[in-house]
Amino acid sequence: MHFPHRHLLGIEQLNQQDITTLLDLADKYAELNRQPEKHGDALRGLTQINMFFENSTRTQASFEIAGKRLGADVMNMAMQASSIKKGETLIDTAMTLNAMHPDLLVVRHPQSGAVDLLAQKVNCAVLNAGDGRHEHPTQALLDALTIRRAKGRLHRLSIAICGDIAHSRVARSNIMLLGKMENRIRLIGPPTLMPSQVADFGVEVFDDMAEGLRDVDVVMMLRLQRERMDGGFIPSEREYFHRYGLDAQKLGAAREDAIVMHPGPMNRGVEIDGTLADDINRSVIQDQVEMGVAVRMAAMDLLAQNQRAARSAVAS
Amino acid sequence: MTLTFINAMLIDPEAGTQTSGALQVDNGTITYVGATLAPPLKDANVIDCQGKCLAPGIVDLGVKVCEPGERHKESYRSAGRAAAAGGVTTMVTRPDTAPAIDNPETLEFVIRRANEAAPVNVVAMAALTKGREGREMTEIGFLMDAGAAAFTDCDRVITDTKVFSRALSYARSLGALVIAHPQEPVLSAGAAATSGKFASLRGLPAVSPMAERMGLDRDIALIEMTGARYHADQITTARALPALARAKKNGLDITAGIGVHHLTLNALDIADYRTFFKLKPPLRDEDDRVAVAEAVASGLIDVISSMHTPQDEESKRLPFEEAASGAIGLETLLPAALRLVHAGVMDLPTLWRALSLNPARRLGLPGGRLEAGAPADLVLFDPHAPFVLDRATLRSKSLNTPFDGMRMQGKVRATYVAGKSVYEAA
Repeated sequence: MHFPHRHLLGIEQLNQQDITTLLDLADKYAELNRQPEKHGDALRGLTQINMFFENSTRTQASFEIAGKRLGADVMNMAMQASSIKKGETLIDTAMTLNAMHPDLLVVRHPQSGAVDLLAQKVNCAVLNAGDGRHEHPTQALLDALTIRRAKGRLHRLSIAICGDIAHSRVARSNIMLLGKMENRIRLIGPPTLMPSQVADFGVEVFDDMAEGLRDVDVVMMLRLQRERMDGGFIPSEREYFHRYGLDAQKLGAAREDAIVMHPGPMNRGVEIDGTLADDINRSVIQDQVEMGVAVRMAAMDLLAQNQRAARSAVAS
Repeated sequence: MTLTFINAMLIDPEAGTQTSGALQVDNGTITYVGATLAPPLKDANVIDCQGKCLAPGIVDLGVKVCEPGERHKESYRSAGRAAAAGGVTTMVTRPDTAPAIDNPETLEFVIRRANEAAPVNVVAMAALTKGREGREMTEIGFLMDAGAAAFTDCDRVITDTKVFSRALSYARSLGALVIAHPQEPVLSAGAAATSGKFASLRGLPAVSPMAERMGLDRDIALIEMTGARYHADQITTARALPALARAKKNGLDITAGIGVHHLTLNALDIADYRTFFKLKPPLRDEDDRVAVAEAVASGLIDVISSMHTPQDEESKRLPFEEAASGAIGLETLLPAALRLVHAGVMDLPTLWRALSLNPARRLGLPGGRLEAGAPADLVLFDPHAPFVLDRATLRSKSLNTPFDGMRMQGKVRATYVAGKSVYEAA
């Protein structure tokens, strides 16, 4: 398998072939994960450090399980609680950890570009687990795998991404990935939650759900990132739910077999109706979580292979 | 001592000409400029310019030297040497130090330090409000007596219009020049980039370019109200230009400047979060860059400066949003500005009007002219000499230049202040 990357910093650096390679391998891991005996040995002997400078339960757990299933020694560092409080800079923290010879660094940081910066300073593989409003590549990959398995393909689909696009790294990575795989992308949300000049990304922009959802194959809802807002982006939660919350009626505009996705954690009754989220005929939200582990196993496996190859090339 | 330059390409920004000829200096003053050396040669040092350009030295309006407070970032000695090597014969320094230069005692200290340590002329500006906090005006009268050339809170906008209008009125009564940073402060709060496709792609908090026009509109209304002498430090967007043109046409005492980085770089240069490209205001789109470059050519924007802002590695080696703003520019101002000439946007005399004549005039300084009686502050340069910039060779204590590794054209051969050589290229 050819995957010519040292790090997984974003979807921006990947091409169609890279994405397919990753998803094909993840498919295999998805099968492994359903077996009673779930252990692989792709990361045996390797050290994986999860550095989360921002709270996360789901993504961190997913990376941890992925690493452990493949035999890595996994360590979680809650960065908010440690040296950052003592005034250490990001680069110093990275250099310190680097000296402990990790093989895989999984990093989440509240600022855009911080993971790129850190990757320049360490000599192990870095996986971006979300940086600010910039990218969240493994989320886009797990979304892609979920879509591919549900729809049987990952091209020529009409996909709507709805909600708080402006503050969402999930949206950016998905726009890039789904665009690279040649899908039709529609963004739906109030103008206050749209990034500027977003139409230049090759997407269609709507501020009306009924219009935007017409005949789409996939509906991706985003979390309304209330904690990120300075205030005043929307009048109220209830008006937001009324105009942009996904319910059975709004979903009626989409294709009959359209699937509903959400990266979690959900605000039931704000961006998505609770009953709809639980509807096993439409919602693939649980599959997304399952595919998350598989995609992260695949990504770490491929990066570890590259690292081994690079090291043996240096040794010989 | 007499100095004679022969075989020079004389750049005269006042006349708007570029002619071959000779120039003679006696006792720190230009005594003769002409096509041939008509007056008899005295026992003079003769410098054969070999057809290279001889122009009035650059008057750089808005240089930050980090004294007092952060001498490790830039001192008067290091900035002065950088200025000399960059063809800058007068540094007009900013008061945004820590602490701010907001009282006569600090100003006197700064002027004394500058005279001791810097080989070029230094003219100091003072803060308009105490601590640059926008609440109480400084002792404008005493500060002028101590030598303040202008009053500015630098990149801090005075949000309280009552405070600002009073400061403008008071400054007007003394004929003081006020320099402001036109920017709507609430709209631009927290922004690290200019809104647009690039900022959206990179997920950076961004400000609409409209915030600059809104800030300028407000300031223009206040100048109209108070009659103050006003200079906008940096006009960097196309949308602010019509307002500036109208204000000038209506006879207000207003001028505008721009930093050389906004004339030569755009938002895309930030690429993968390169913090040396983080400026205040942030770099703009190419459309804006082209528009403001043309505004300099037409004379609507009066002054080009380096906006020299030293930052140490620690304050730049951070995630983009957290990193400090600003770039150094004393030594790269000339080759960077020459890009506009090489690109055919303007000729050398027009460029020199913005680099030298206009800032000198606006501040009431004698420089910027190439005529008998003017001070012999001169720069001899080869506008075509190519090089690749290596930031390690720069003389500033801080090396935060966005031009590192870039190809540039234009090298200073020698710089003279009051007829004395302060820099000669090896």
